[in-house]
Amino acid sequence: MTLVIRTVRITRRGAVRLTQLFLLPVLLILLWWWYSSASASYYMTTPGEIAATFVEVWFSERFFVDVLPSVGLLLTGYALAAVLGTTLGVVLGLSSRMRATAEPVLEFFRAIPPPVLVPLLMLLVGVNTPMKVALIVSGCIWPILLNTIEGVRSVDPVLADTCRCYGVRGRRWLTTLVLRSASPQIMAGLRQALAIAIILMVISEMFATTSGLGFSIVQFQRSFAIPEMWSGIVLLGLIGVTLSTLFVQVERRVLRWYDGVRAAARDE
Amino acid sequence: MLDVNGVQKIYRGKDREVEAVRDLTFRLEEGELACLVGPSGCGKTTLLKCIAGLLKPTSGSVEVAGKAVTGPPRDMSVVFQEYGRSLFSWLTVQGNVELPLKEKKLSKERRRTLVTEALEAVGLADSARSYPWQLSGGMQQRVAIARAIAYEPRVLLMDEPFAAVDAQTRADLEDLIRGLWQRFSMTVLFITHDIDEAVYLGQRVLVLSSSPTVVQDDVAVDLPAERDQLTTRSDQRFTELRARVYSEIQNAKNGQAASAPAAT
Ligand SMILES: Nc1ncnc2c1ncn2[C@@H]1O[C@H](COP(=O)(O)OP(=O)(O)OP(=O)(O)O)[C@@H](O)[C@H]1O
Ligand SMILES: [Mg+2]
Repeated sequence: MTLVIRTVRITRRGAVRLTQLFLLPVLLILLWWWYSSASASYYMTTPGEIAATFVEVWFSERFFVDVLPSVGLLLTGYALAAVLGTTLGVVLGLSSRMRATAEPVLEFFRAIPPPVLVPLLMLLVGVNTPMKVALIVSGCIWPILLNTIEGVRSVDPVLADTCRCYGVRGRRWLTTLVLRSASPQIMAGLRQALAIAIILMVISEMFATTSGLGFSIVQFQRSFAIPEMWSGIVLLGLIGVTLSTLFVQVERRVLRWYDGVRAAARDE
Repeated sequence: MLDVNGVQKIYRGKDREVEAVRDLTFRLEEGELACLVGPSGCGKTTLLKCIAGLLKPTSGSVEVAGKAVTGPPRDMSVVFQEYGRSLFSWLTVQGNVELPLKEKKLSKERRRTLVTEALEAVGLADSARSYPWQLSGGMQQRVAIARAIAYEPRVLLMDEPFAAVDAQTRADLEDLIRGLWQRFSMTVLFITHDIDEAVYLGQRVLVLSSSPTVVQDDVAVDLPAERDQLTTRSDQRFTELRARVYSEIQNAKNGQAASAPAAT
């Protein structure tokens, strides 16, 4: 009897959750449907048409030629930025002298919008994958770097003294004290960087290349393949949502302690 | 075991200098349990950090087991005043206690024994897998104490460890400290600003003056080794000793030198 009640309750909760998740998207799609079928514009395509085109265009060889390489590019640039950004951030966060030296330069480079680097990188590196990776790295390293520096600087001095007293040093000091203390900020930086990386991936593929997701979208647009163009944009959105969902999963696991600390502080 | 010779510490800020302690000299024998009392802000924590090798004294020196302290000594454990902040929120209770042992290159079994023993000693065996933020303040404090004793120190420094716990927990923890001290035969320096606590716990009470800080008095506590919250605290001798320490602290505040050692 209780089991039945509980099952019912769980399903009900699940139903509420599903409604929350999908209510707005469904409404928006319906709105779009109504608007696009009423509209006479050539550039407005109904969702039904887009869905059909989507299957046709992307569930094909294109998936391997254009989508996978783009996602690979994105992940490579992102991973590289993550490693470089945290490493450099830890070094600068730990040494106030190096920070003082590097700060003006960092501020300068951070102020440059990454897309304007494209012509320069094309000249320096050439039009190839390394150029695209470099562009992604150059854009999304900043939030990681700056957040890591902040995180490392805010290591609790009492905790640092504790490590000194008990002889915790070297690698264990780095991983158990510094990186874990800074992990909330590092994760915040990584989250911002993910959004930037997606944008830069698309931009890097819009210049002088012949494959990739960004290239495909631009090409569809130029050849007036409007439903195809829309389906590319939808695909980009889906990739973004997937990646950020994965990110949230990882973050939740890494920062479980942090959520706990905050919840405990709230209860007091 | 622990020699403090003419320690002075001046904090140098941008445009002002704070002389936290002026001139401290005392000595603890091996296995002694001494309490250090003094008014708030008189430099107790500063002294502890100098002994622990976390701060370099402006002048004077500290020796532990005959060796001058230049960095944190090997066989010393410290329980900090801000115990909550001294625990790793991302490690379990067990992980917190075990961490220092990993640096000691002990075998896994040995580590496990030490952790279990220490957690049992402080009555936290059931919380080994909890995280510090899931525990109450008093329990967190006991984790810090368990970590300190699992390290098997020869010298244990504690900085006002019971300042933030309620009276009952405090009494329990006081007895716990005395029990652990007798069981593990360490040299203990226990900092507090509570006079009753100092007399109840220590074999000896060092009274610090207010700033500029010197050792105002050194009171031997000649109470029986077996102490008990009820009988010891109502002991006539306890009351006398407490009065003595109290009046010394009053003298210290008024800037008078120590009165002649009271006849006992
Ligand atoms: N890092 C620091 N820089 C400058 N001054 C300091 C620093 N730490 C402590 N002081 C000063 O030194 C004096 C002694 O401080 P300390 O923390 O040692 O006192 P305490 O006896 O432990 O006090 P409490 O009982 O409140 O813990 C105080 O006047 C304090 O303002
Ligand atoms: Mg203090």
